[in-house]
Amino acid sequence: MTPPSDDGTRVFVVDDHQLFLAGVRAELGSSFEIVGQAEDVESAVAGILRAKPDVVLVDVHMPAGGGAAVVERVLAAEPDVRFLALSMSDAAEDVIGVIRSGARGYVTKTISPAELVDAVRRVHEGDAVFSPRLAGFVLDAFTDPQPAELDPELDRLSGREREVLRLIARGYTYREVASELHISVKTVETHVSSVLRKLQLSNRHQLTRWATERRIV
Amino acid sequence: MVPISRTEATRPSGGGGDAGAGGRAPLFARSSNDRVIAGVAGGLAERLGIDPVVVRLAFVVLALAGGVGVVLYLVLWAIGRAETETRPAWRAGGDAQRTVAAVSIVIGTLLVLRATHVWFGDALVWPVALAAVGSAIIWVRFDRSRARDRSNRHDRENGRGDDRSARQGDASSISFGRMVGGGLLVLAGVAVFLASNISSGTVGAVVVALAVAVAGLALIGGPWIARLVRQLGAERTERIRVEEREEVAAHLHDSVLQTLALIQRSEDPGRMRALARVQERDLRGWLYRGSGAVDGDRDLVSDAVDTVTERIELAHGIRVDTVIVGDRSVDARVQSVIDACGEALTNAAKHSGASVVSLYVEVTDDDVTAFVRDQGVGFDADAVPPDRRGIADSILGRMARNGGSAEIRSAPGAGTEIHLHVPRGEA
Repeated sequence: MTPPSDDGTRVFVVDDHQLFLAGVRAELGSSFEIVGQAEDVESAVAGILRAKPDVVLVDVHMPAGGGAAVVERVLAAEPDVRFLALSMSDAAEDVIGVIRSGARGYVTKTISPAELVDAVRRVHEGDAVFSPRLAGFVLDAFTDPQPAELDPELDRLSGREREVLRLIARGYTYREVASELHISVKTVETHVSSVLRKLQLSNRHQLTRWATERRIV
Repeated sequence: MVPISRTEATRPSGGGGDAGAGGRAPLFARSSNDRVIAGVAGGLAERLGIDPVVVRLAFVVLALAGGVGVVLYLVLWAIGRAETETRPAWRAGGDAQRTVAAVSIVIGTLLVLRATHVWFGDALVWPVALAAVGSAIIWVRFDRSRARDRSNRHDRENGRGDDRSARQGDASSISFGRMVGGGLLVLAGVAVFLASNISSGTVGAVVVALAVAVAGLALIGGPWIARLVRQLGAERTERIRVEEREEVAAHLHDSVLQTLALIQRSEDPGRMRALARVQERDLRGWLYRGSGAVDGDRDLVSDAVDTVTERIELAHGIRVDTVIVGDRSVDARVQSVIDACGEALTNAAKHSGASVVSLYVEVTDDDVTAFVRDQGVGFDADAVPPDRRGIADSILGRMARNGGSAEIRSAPGAGTEIHLHVPRGEA
């Protein structure tokens, strides 16, 4: 992989599990500058606003509102901070919730260190990071029978976006998706970002309901 | 199971438990937090391991027997150590055998006192004693939870659960029967007292007096009974909570702790990963089961896929990353695809060398699509080794029988992806 280099990206880590916090710091420490960490919502919000990091890694599951609360409260004050959500649970409700509150990506905690570094970079560059599972969720949620008054701009996926998501769900990296579809990686990123926007802004009622109903993963 | 826990329960108290306890530690501390007069009864109860109610009633009865109880109380107060905090006795509970022993000692003492004429008279003492026993029956709580812990642990060691509901019913019927029995004894005490203190000619008056007494009791006891009922409710809630906690503990013990032990003993990282994975699935299923499954139907694609992937993960020590789109009930067509996926996954686990395999299953009203992908060694489709060919054929054959297709894409060093597709009839 790429040699460990500190590219100046400032990262803040929020997780209520000490062990995980230490692990992530060790994994990311050689690639990024870790500017702070927090174990609960309150201190996370305060710490992030103080440290002004580029990227925040935030655990979905935390007492008192979870990662979604951190994302929402920080973005209200500091809209330029970018969030990458990490979760152990993979429950649609949590994942969709944290994305809709403003996180730019979601990965599972079983992700490899190299992939995590890559995901942080991507989020820092303004792209969206979709794990296969999140891609599956989005496909699922946007495939439901559609109500009449839909905003086609926001409430529907284009054919290309669907193709991209399906490949991601099948375990393809962005690069592999690009070569499979004979498009550039940049175009893949554009599609994914567009899906992320739809996911965040769509007011499909059933998006939330769907996520709530689908608890088991 | 019952006889064993009985003997266990009997051993610590024994016959002469009280005398022995007194001999070992002559001093006891008065209770600072569980007191009516000076904390003597509370402290003594803790020392003897019985309910303070029994001790208090014993003092009352003995006090009527020529004032012995009062003297005893004063003596104990004088020799007792300074006040200390005792465990709340109603929580600590008392041992049934010890309580019976204490009651027997009191009755024996009464008989001795009566024989030595230190006595206020049969007509006073016996009814009061009767009423005291009745009251004790209502109020005393035995250490049920401790006995239950013991029998539970015993059950678990024998590798089986226990019949909680039966015991729970048992406990509540005891509470009710106890109230009735105790109440009757108290009333009997009152009746005996009245009957023996009023001459036989005034039976009618006695009946009236009794009726008045009962009415008075009802008036006085009404709120108390209401409170008792509430208390029983609270006690029940607490019991349910305790049982729930026990169940969680039992489940964690049988699953998570066992797996952790296995993982610690395992040398092989692949096997560790597989164990952790399987345990994770199991725990997740247990946590979320029934709390929000899609339409409560358990024959879902996700369940069928889980069954297959779990088996393969455990057998081959790989991880299967599963994504399912369009989760719904399984029919024969869908099942055929899932089975074929199982073969493809096994194939990937055995030959690809990859530690992670991606599985994607999408079910729509019209068709079922599945992709099994690994980033392993791959192979040259033109130079397929016979064993892989066999599996490939069986996958292809299975798909063909269901009117579908299978496509295998692979190149040396570039991993393998198997694409399965079956149209769904209106089955």
